[in-house]
Amino acid sequence: MDFSFLSQPAFSGGGTYLDWVISGIKWTLLVSILAWIIAFTIGSVLGVLRTTRVAWLRTPATAYVELFRNVPLLVQMFIWYFVVPEILPKALGTWMKQGMPMPEFWSAVLALGFYTASRVAEQVRSGIQSIPAGQTQAALATGLTMPQVYRHLLLPMGYRIVIPPLTSEFLTIFKNSSVALTIGVLEMTAQARTISEYTFRTFEIFSLATVVYVLITLAVTVLMEFVERHVRVPGYIGTGK
Amino acid sequence: MFTGFDVDVIQRALPYLWQGMLFSLGLTLLAMVGGIILGTVLALMRLSSYKVLTLPAGGYVNLLRSTPLILVIFWFYFLVPIAVKQITGNPYASGIGPFYSALIAFTLFEAAYYCEIIRAGIQSVPSGQVNAAYALGLNYWQAMIRVVLPQAFRNMVPILLTQGIILFQDTSLVYVVGLTDFMGAASKVAQRDGRLVEMYLFAALVYFIFCYFASYFVKHLHTRITPPR
Repeated sequence: MDFSFLSQPAFSGGGTYLDWVISGIKWTLLVSILAWIIAFTIGSVLGVLRTTRVAWLRTPATAYVELFRNVPLLVQMFIWYFVVPEILPKALGTWMKQGMPMPEFWSAVLALGFYTASRVAEQVRSGIQSIPAGQTQAALATGLTMPQVYRHLLLPMGYRIVIPPLTSEFLTIFKNSSVALTIGVLEMTAQARTISEYTFRTFEIFSLATVVYVLITLAVTVLMEFVERHVRVPGYIGTGK
Repeated sequence: MFTGFDVDVIQRALPYLWQGMLFSLGLTLLAMVGGIILGTVLALMRLSSYKVLTLPAGGYVNLLRSTPLILVIFWFYFLVPIAVKQITGNPYASGIGPFYSALIAFTLFEAAYYCEIIRAGIQSVPSGQVNAAYALGLNYWQAMIRVVLPQAFRNMVPILLTQGIILFQDTSLVYVVGLTDFMGAASKVAQRDGRLVEMYLFAALVYFIFCYFASYFVKHLHTRITPPR
């Protein structure tokens, strides 16, 4: 293992190979976190819609989840990057191809965000549905309206219940962000491959990339354990001593 | 919006796409079988009472589960030829080709995920079953193979199949090492004929139909085989 190549000037761009690694980490984090904001927002709305009794709200949400869950992420990446600009109205499509800054980056964020939204929606739905119906009935009996029941009972409890599965979705989004390399985003995995091609230090740079992902996983796990401890409801199983 | 949507391109490419689909299905099936076998071994290791077994298995599973699949595919694309040279002792050995290194990558990667499913499955078998098996005089292997694993696998079949559907979607990632699976075939035709819209939408449609009905079948199976409690 010889990591001295990291301080050597890189093949292009002026910096060293270490700068390439740092820029890879930056893009991995940017793509993942922006995509997570989209996924969490849209996923929460869809998850709630799937639990309502109103069919014209539930059916489109179910259709969305089925559609985005059953098409591989790679295919969705390609569709956002290559197909969407073609089938949009002409002016908007041309802007996406020529005027929009960093088209690969934003296509990757949208693809990853909308894909993960379908998985977040399923978690939110299962969290809400795992709350005993008696609690909803009790809340309604005290005179709360249905939106108030969601606001004060189902959402606060449901989100707490699904923190563990949501954590693993949040971890998955960092790993899935590597698929963005197929449309040209130079995130961590892409940089690792490029550096290995220029320096032939494949073993070292792949090990470094693996360590980066393991560290991201550890950081997210610690963060989510903190959140979980902070919001836990006393008296529930699994909330500790 | 869809003016000039050329169905003919898809029709002409169908035989080639079918070859790609067979590749995807073959890779999925082989990696699934290998992953379940290796995953069972890993799960038994993680559940054993010897630290020599639990620690390496736990480390392996956690490492693989925190690494992106694409990076794992790159790892094995790089490592397998080196390993082949080491094993055969021939520095000029040409490796075993990208298909087998992809197969090894998928098998080892999926084994980590299958391990966790199978571990949960084994833990869901009531401990009275194990105690009863020991009371009858069965040893560890007899108890595992004849009592615990059959019940565990019966409960796990739907989840194992769902993981198989996810694996089928993930096989599209062999695109990154240039293999021609279904997506690779669609992408090659798309680039050659300049028909990105048609080919990628068609690929999405095929994956959707396949995975949708496969999940539907798994859900149906789940309600049928769940044993009465």
